[in-house]
Amino acid sequence: MTGISDVTAWAAIITLGFGTYFVRASFLLLAGGREFPTWAMRLLRYVPVTVLPALAAPMAMWPRALEGETDPARIAGAAVTIAVGILTRSLLGAIVAGLATFLALGALF
Amino acid sequence: MKDLPPDPSMSAAEPVRNPSASPFRGDGEFLRGFRSGALAGIPFMVVVWPFGLLFGVVATAAGMDLTGIMVLTSFVIAGASQFVLIELISDGAPVIVAILAALAVNLRLAMYSASLAPYFTGTSSWVRAIAGYFVVDQVYGLALRRYQDRPEESRARRIGYYFGSGAPILPSWIAGTAVGALAGSAIPASLPIDFAPPLTFFALAAPMIRGVPNLCAAAVAVTAALLLAELPWSLGLLAASGLGMGTGAAVEIALARRAAARADAGGAAR
Repeated sequence: MTGISDVTAWAAIITLGFGTYFVRASFLLLAGGREFPTWAMRLLRYVPVTVLPALAAPMAMWPRALEGETDPARIAGAAVTIAVGILTRSLLGAIVAGLATFLALGALF
Repeated sequence: MKDLPPDPSMSAAEPVRNPSASPFRGDGEFLRGFRSGALAGIPFMVVVWPFGLLFGVVATAAGMDLTGIMVLTSFVIAGASQFVLIELISDGAPVIVAILAALAVNLRLAMYSASLAPYFTGTSSWVRAIAGYFVVDQVYGLALRRYQDRPEESRARRIGYYFGSGAPILPSWIAGTAVGALAGSAIPASLPIDFAPPLTFFALAAPMIRGVPNLCAAAVAVTAALLLAELPWSLGLLAASGLGMGTGAAVEIALARRAAARADAGGAAR
């Protein structure tokens, strides 16, 4: 991968691979079907709706491809993706709507 | 998760036979479950294929070779975390931060694992070890719904359904990535492919934002991530996620308390 050595890239792939496997298999492999404490379940429930948007927001706001310059087409595309995703609950619908907005505005400006 | 095809096993309500049998013997129960699961999983190929394709294209654009991409995609099988890893490493974040952020995205899989585990008690450990590999969003969603709808089904059939629903989904992800990686180098550099990962993250998260606590959690996470974007080593991401999760849990508790207080007040008035 650009910026890091092959050894580092392979180490990252293997570590994420084993790490992810242990996360997913964790409770299936434990006998007796143990459960998380309530407080942990309550926090973990918010992992997808916080980690993913927190990661995406700076990327959409200051795109690396434009050397950090804010682009209205990207912001509008992101806003439409979020709105359509919340309203329709469709992953693919959100991607298509957001991408269409982004491309249409990008062609205009 | 709507509009699944009609299930052919529904009409023939067979009696549950020998529920303690091995999932791979259980007199055809495993195969019957597998067939129902596969039929339910097929519609998801439509979503998984293009998403895998996109990952192949983005990973190629980030400078990964085909071998690395294919090992990553078939070993990890968790699209969002794979995008996170590639994106943060390309962004110059320390590799350990990229791995931790990718693992954080995958923490939800531990919740899936915990809620699937009771349905797998009593199966051999290698069945559970393979089942662990199949813990992905779509398989979890399909299986849990089936188990709740049909508590009377035999264990062999339940486990057949689980692996069956993964059968069209997991290979679609891997094959989609391969096609994307092979076609990726043919994509002109002028295309704004950099917007694909954030778009995908928003699209993955948005359908899960239901109700006030989720909305508050996401809003706080996004605001904090923008305010803390200057922090080194992606600490802003970790802090913003933590603040968002705490907010979601706090709002949830506050709303539950208020509902309980209202119920008490209603009871006292009567």
